[in-house]
Amino acid sequence: MTRELTCIICPRGCGLKVEIEDGKVVSVTGNSCPRGVKYAEDECCNPMRTITSTVRCEDGRVISVKTDRPIPKAKMFECMKMINSATAHLPIHIGDVIIEDVFGSNVVATENA
Amino acid sequence: MTELVIIGGGPAGMSAAVAAYENGIRDILILERDKALGGILQQCIHNGFGLHKFGEELTGPEYAWKYEQKVQELGIPVKLGTMVLDITEDKVITATNEEDGIFQIQAKAVILAMGCRERSKGALNIPGTRPAGIYSAGTAQKYVNRMGYMPGKEVVILGSGDIGLIMARRMTLEGAKVHAVCELMPYSGGLVRNIEQCLNDFNIPLKLSHTVVKIHGRERLEGVTIAKVDERRKPIAGTEEYIPCDTLLLSVGLIPENELSKSAGVSLDRITSGAVVDQNRQTSVEGIFACGNVLHVHDLVDYVSEESEIAGKSAAEYILGQNQAEKVHIPVKTDGKIRYTVPQVITEKKDISVFFRVADIYHNVTINVYDDKQEKVFSRKKLKVAPGEMESIVLKSAAFENAAELHFELEVN
Ligand SMILES: Cc1cc2nc3c(=O)[nH]c(=O)nc-3n(C[C@H](O)[C@H](O)[C@H](O)COP(=O)(O)OP(=O)(O)OC[C@H]3O[C@@H](n4cnc5c(N)ncnc54)[C@H](O)[C@@H]3O)c2cc1C
Ligand code: SF4
Repeated sequence: MTRELTCIICPRGCGLKVEIEDGKVVSVTGNSCPRGVKYAEDECCNPMRTITSTVRCEDGRVISVKTDRPIPKAKMFECMKMINSATAHLPIHIGDVIIEDVFGSNVVATENA
Repeated sequence: MTELVIIGGGPAGMSAAVAAYENGIRDILILERDKALGGILQQCIHNGFGLHKFGEELTGPEYAWKYEQKVQELGIPVKLGTMVLDITEDKVITATNEEDGIFQIQAKAVILAMGCRERSKGALNIPGTRPAGIYSAGTAQKYVNRMGYMPGKEVVILGSGDIGLIMARRMTLEGAKVHAVCELMPYSGGLVRNIEQCLNDFNIPLKLSHTVVKIHGRERLEGVTIAKVDERRKPIAGTEEYIPCDTLLLSVGLIPENELSKSAGVSLDRITSGAVVDQNRQTSVEGIFACGNVLHVHDLVDYVSEESEIAGKSAAEYILGQNQAEKVHIPVKTDGKIRYTVPQVITEKKDISVFFRVADIYHNVTINVYDDKQEKVFSRKKLKVAPGEMESIVLKSAAFENAAELHFELEVN
């Protein structure tokens, strides 16, 4: 089976052609760098996405956060539920962990408050 | 007298300030109307910034923080909450803030780094009422990401620029239903990676060659009618489709914010709506420089930083009287398929990076540069060029040694 993908790892957005046999990636073409191959393999077997969002602070304002590594794509909305039910405690510094252990990642602050 | 005044504390202003400092200038002042540094990046909470510049994937606020820290470390003075009202050709700046009231500063050199603003709905000709619920994509981004407030639940987006695509994903993740992204052109102006991860991931339809032809609702938006358009971008009768929605986001492009540049007597480029500059990012007024989105709209902030470093360094050389390069005056012209170049004029004999954008999507092209004697001085093949992606080439000084003018032309094979 052949699958056509767009690599989302960098703004270049290479068009990838992926050959899949028995659920395994056997060849990737169209990538301009090795990260494209890794992306194609992940995307076909276990697609992952980084989530960026905001968390409400105890004083009512919001701060920006991200998962510090990609999480399974299928868990995006569950991750959003966890982010939206959390409260961040001030003061907050970039990189502070706001929620631990979210589908293999930590949700960390991306701004100071 | 202040040696260098920088208007705007976004990524452009901060990078320029750091570069000027590193090139020997200490008397610098950044004027920023917002209550924090960072510019528009403060609301761009998604990732994808900094890959080119820092080799890691950062969110907008994290990218801005890297520069803000440098500005702090170097002790570069910043006046926040300060709105610049006027600049004269003699570099007298009039500004206002709560503490100082209205005040004036005489600068030796000025860097314009005011960024851009979004085209507004007033600029669009959509018949129907103007109910509440119509926002520019950037305004919606500010509501959701800075104020923590969702403007609506049922959304249609007009225009497929990156900000619109990013907001389609953002509002979907926050529980809204994005019914469609309509794009007037037969292709999207956004990055393919954003179409993939912001629309396809969530099965949001991208309707190319479509536009909004009518807005419905009195007080609050109730729906929009969309239609397919022909090659001349005119709606095709019979293709109308009604979509109920409470929110319409407009992502129809950005324009450099150049009211101040005009008052300073800086010549503007009709195509970019930004200043006409040379390779040092100096405008038509000596000692006034411009960089970032106020000069031309960039899609990647990494390139904004690079350009601003050039402006900061050049401003430093201007102040210190260090610029000894041999002077020339070579205007750079384009053929229309290439819409514009930055710089628009070359004034020194040295190797120069020229940035440009094309007017349409073209495949199998050759970028050619000719001098005024029709001599080809540069040529490079490319598989594809697109309006959404800024291109750049390096011109060796030997290439334009004897030129009185340069012509950028796109040959489509
Ligand atoms: C809504 C929006 C979303 C964007 N999203 C992305 C994105 O996702 N990725 C990306 O790479 N690029 C994005 N861009 C492009 C982005 O603007 C640039 O990458 C970069 O931020 C431009 O930097 P800048 O410093 O030139 O402008 P800005 O970041 O806009 O900074 C300009 C600063 O000047 C200040 N200013 C303006 N006028 C005055 C005045 N009269 N007096 C004092 N201060 C003034 C403003 O307050 C602002 O802080 C976006 C642009 C917009 C408008
Ligand atoms: S393959 Fe490499 S160059 Fe191409 S989009 Fe992916 S990361 Fe970028």
